[in-house]
Amino acid sequence: MHNATVSELSAALAAGKTSSVELTRTFLDRIGLMNGALNAFVTVDAEKSLAQARAADARIAAHGGTRLTGIPIAHKDIFCAQDWLTTCGSKMLANFVSPYDAHVIERFNAAGCVILGKTNMDEFAMGSSNETSFFGPVKNPWNLTCVPGGSSGGSAAAVAARLAPAATGTDTGGSIRQPAALTGVTGIKPTYGRVSRYGMIAFASSLDQGGVLARSAEDAALLLSEMAGADARDSTCLDMPREDYTRELRQPWRPEGSKLRPLQGLRIGLPRAHFGEGLAPDVDAAVRAALAEFEKLGAALVDIDLPNAALSVPAYYVIAPAEASSNLSRFDGVRYGYRAPQYTDLLDMYRKTRSQGFGAEVKRRILIGTYVLSHGYYDAYYLQAQRIRRLIAQDFEAAFKNCDLIAGPTSPTVAFKLGAKVSDPVQMYLNDIYTIPANLAGLPGMSMPCGFGAGGLPVGLHVVGNYYSEARMLSAAHHFQQATDWHTKAPPA
Amino acid sequence: MEWETVIGIETHAQLSTLSKIFSGASTAFGAAPNTQACGVDIALPGVLPVVNRGAVERAIRFGLAVNGKRADNICRRSVFARKNYFYPDLPKGYQISQYELPIVSGGSVLIVASGGEKTIRLTRAHLEEDAGKSLHEDFHGMSGIDLNRAGTPLLEIVSEPDMRSAEEAVAYAKALHALVRWIGICDGNMQEGSFRCDANVSVRRPGAPLGTRREIKNLNSFRFLQQAIEYEVRWQIDTLESGGTIKQATVLFDSDTGKTREMRSKEDAHDYRYFPDPDLLPVAIDEEWINRVREELPELPESMRHRFETQYKLSVYDAQLLTASYEVAMYFKDVAAQADPKLAANWINGELANRLNEFNLPIGESPVSAATLAWMINRIADGTISGKIAKERVLGDLWEGMNVGLGKADLPTLSAYLEANGLAQISDSAEIEKIVDQVLAANPKSVEEFRAGKEKAFNALVGQAMKATRGKGNPAAINGILRRRLGV
Repeated sequence: MHNATVSELSAALAAGKTSSVELTRTFLDRIGLMNGALNAFVTVDAEKSLAQARAADARIAAHGGTRLTGIPIAHKDIFCAQDWLTTCGSKMLANFVSPYDAHVIERFNAAGCVILGKTNMDEFAMGSSNETSFFGPVKNPWNLTCVPGGSSGGSAAAVAARLAPAATGTDTGGSIRQPAALTGVTGIKPTYGRVSRYGMIAFASSLDQGGVLARSAEDAALLLSEMAGADARDSTCLDMPREDYTRELRQPWRPEGSKLRPLQGLRIGLPRAHFGEGLAPDVDAAVRAALAEFEKLGAALVDIDLPNAALSVPAYYVIAPAEASSNLSRFDGVRYGYRAPQYTDLLDMYRKTRSQGFGAEVKRRILIGTYVLSHGYYDAYYLQAQRIRRLIAQDFEAAFKNCDLIAGPTSPTVAFKLGAKVSDPVQMYLNDIYTIPANLAGLPGMSMPCGFGAGGLPVGLHVVGNYYSEARMLSAAHHFQQATDWHTKAPPA
Repeated sequence: MEWETVIGIETHAQLSTLSKIFSGASTAFGAAPNTQACGVDIALPGVLPVVNRGAVERAIRFGLAVNGKRADNICRRSVFARKNYFYPDLPKGYQISQYELPIVSGGSVLIVASGGEKTIRLTRAHLEEDAGKSLHEDFHGMSGIDLNRAGTPLLEIVSEPDMRSAEEAVAYAKALHALVRWIGICDGNMQEGSFRCDANVSVRRPGAPLGTRREIKNLNSFRFLQQAIEYEVRWQIDTLESGGTIKQATVLFDSDTGKTREMRSKEDAHDYRYFPDPDLLPVAIDEEWINRVREELPELPESMRHRFETQYKLSVYDAQLLTASYEVAMYFKDVAAQADPKLAANWINGELANRLNEFNLPIGESPVSAATLAWMINRIADGTISGKIAKERVLGDLWEGMNVGLGKADLPTLSAYLEANGLAQISDSAEIEKIVDQVLAANPKSVEEFRAGKEKAFNALVGQAMKATRGKGNPAAINGILRRRLGV
């Protein structure tokens, strides 16, 4: 049962072949068995989960369910959930029980889903390996000595290891897509503004976007349909009607597409720079093989240029820390969360609370952000980075005149060893070199499993679509997943 | 040698919205601490601001009102920015304000000071949220934080350094205070902090470049504004004349000592690291919205003042007083529609204002309604009562509740009141002739003096006659009859 997809579980629940309580117990048991090794979950509360499961079963029995009623879902610990510990991977919030639900949690609760637990993550979503978590690193289920990627590493590991059918995540520079690639699952970050950020603890507000990690494009579409949609409590949330992102899954790209060549007419743009220096050969090979598969399905490959893509990482590491330095000011020990046990006066309380409550990477980014916003540096750094950001968005706009989707590797390498990059922030930051441009431009991006590289570790194919094109991206991914079985591969037990 | 004072004023006007600028919590004053602070106001992790349309609309009203209803000072696209600093009553660690692109740029306020009119230019007005309150007493060495005020909408109005004296500064503050209440965007309650001023003060030799300024923070009464500036100006001049220099600083005014003292110098000034708030979209204002707000604006005080001067031939001073608040102006218009406007102005600015001041009542709560005052003025005009009786007796009676809430339908009651109390003026010639004859008979000396050319003696005779009528004699009638009898 734990190997089934959400859509399969949904059908089984509707047919009465299983119950939400049974499903929830199954996954709770697996968490109990394997979380010690993986450290994917920060909080599990069987009693709360089972209470939701029982309510879901009653709802299904009364024929009041939705497609997702009774499905257990793991939530990244960045989403506030009422009465649940919501830590954001930080000592600062290690004692914070949220008094309210994030919009995303509200949506899944309303649909009748079960909160299976809160997943581990890089502290305040700052990291690409899950090693910055106050609660310790998450291990990659494919190799416990490797990182799962980050920051949604707990969610990715949980889905990959079949501890949860699906999980939520957030993506500021690749935090859904990179761990999805490194653990062999399907992850999507929709267009900026699709998913309300209300109740999602802010890292970099103009880049943060909620999304899904699942085992197939179809499951991702199912969950995204539930969590996306307008929310008046988030001014940056798109004021557009809710969509059913599964609606185009089985449709050919163009009406003339055939069963064998469903992607006939699809033009996939390949950014030259994403296949050059820095890309590991094993990843390169797996991605090229996947692209060949897309060609077989009818797609055409075209070379494109994103001339300013090389500036993405520097621009990102100005904008994201700038916003973070301000967003994280509220963690001051005054109203909730961690407060230093001893201090002499107000300034000392602030200083000790924030020195002790934040980890090294968070402090590094707060310092960078404070610096780039400072008087005399603002124009040279922050404004300049914003200009680059606009150029990058224009690059994509131009590229999408010649292609429908842009594809390449999600990450330059397969999962690396725990500890391998912790002492070299720049090497760590370069993990997100292919994913960051989509965040800067606000475009939807996804990663899907497309093979294996060195050490039998998964490789992810990265796809970026134009604004609001999630349904079409998911459809292309679904056709690929119908023709291949990479997404069905499970890590060794 | 002469010194010239230069003053610019920053005013924080609390906007009269029911809910906060970025949350749905109530803005009502005086609730128990922290009962009007929702998740957004206390800055829980994950919460987001949503701008209150009512606050933006009030800023548009203000922009139009300080620009003769033209909209070229209203920024069609303004941007909220974060002002970053740590303080316990600032829950997010930043204040959402506006920085590079404020909602209003430019405009002016016309003041009347030193007997003349003067235009004070406005630099800008921007929207921002208020912080909470830190309470340093009653907590045994700790501080209490009340976040009820956190997120209350403010319009910060910044003037150019166009004022040259404390008097002008107070006139500006009063004019601005009247204006924000006039257009209904702020209740103007200074005790509750709804309207507070910071004064930037410097001195220089006439014609010299601007001197170094010091900013006096948080002045919440016109009297303190005046005292603080006067003290600060003297202090700066004394300092310069004794060979010292002025250093840029923020100072506080101590109303007990009447002195200003330095709070922080420029060196300690924060770097607020302003940047556009990524949680909020730019505020876009379209012509349709501006036009609707313009249509809803009442006639502005400046225009009404000028109209009163020309239409009713009122003095600048009277017109100024009558347009000091919307309520006074409306009361005047009401009285002037029913009685002589000039007399109406005199009574409203004189006797009625005295009584309202004495009892500290706004004109809206005047026990003497506009209709009643108009009735009284008309009775003076038609000779039914004397101005003296009106002033000494009738207004007081009306005030005391002869007539609370009486309208036109109650005029018979009012007439009956005059009748019953014998207050009506004696204009009947026969009766006055009788009295005059008695007075002339009783005061032969005065008569003689008058005939000898002493005009003063005539006044004494009028006084005697008035006395004989217990003040109810029509002075004009007495005058006429007396002169006739004396053969002049």
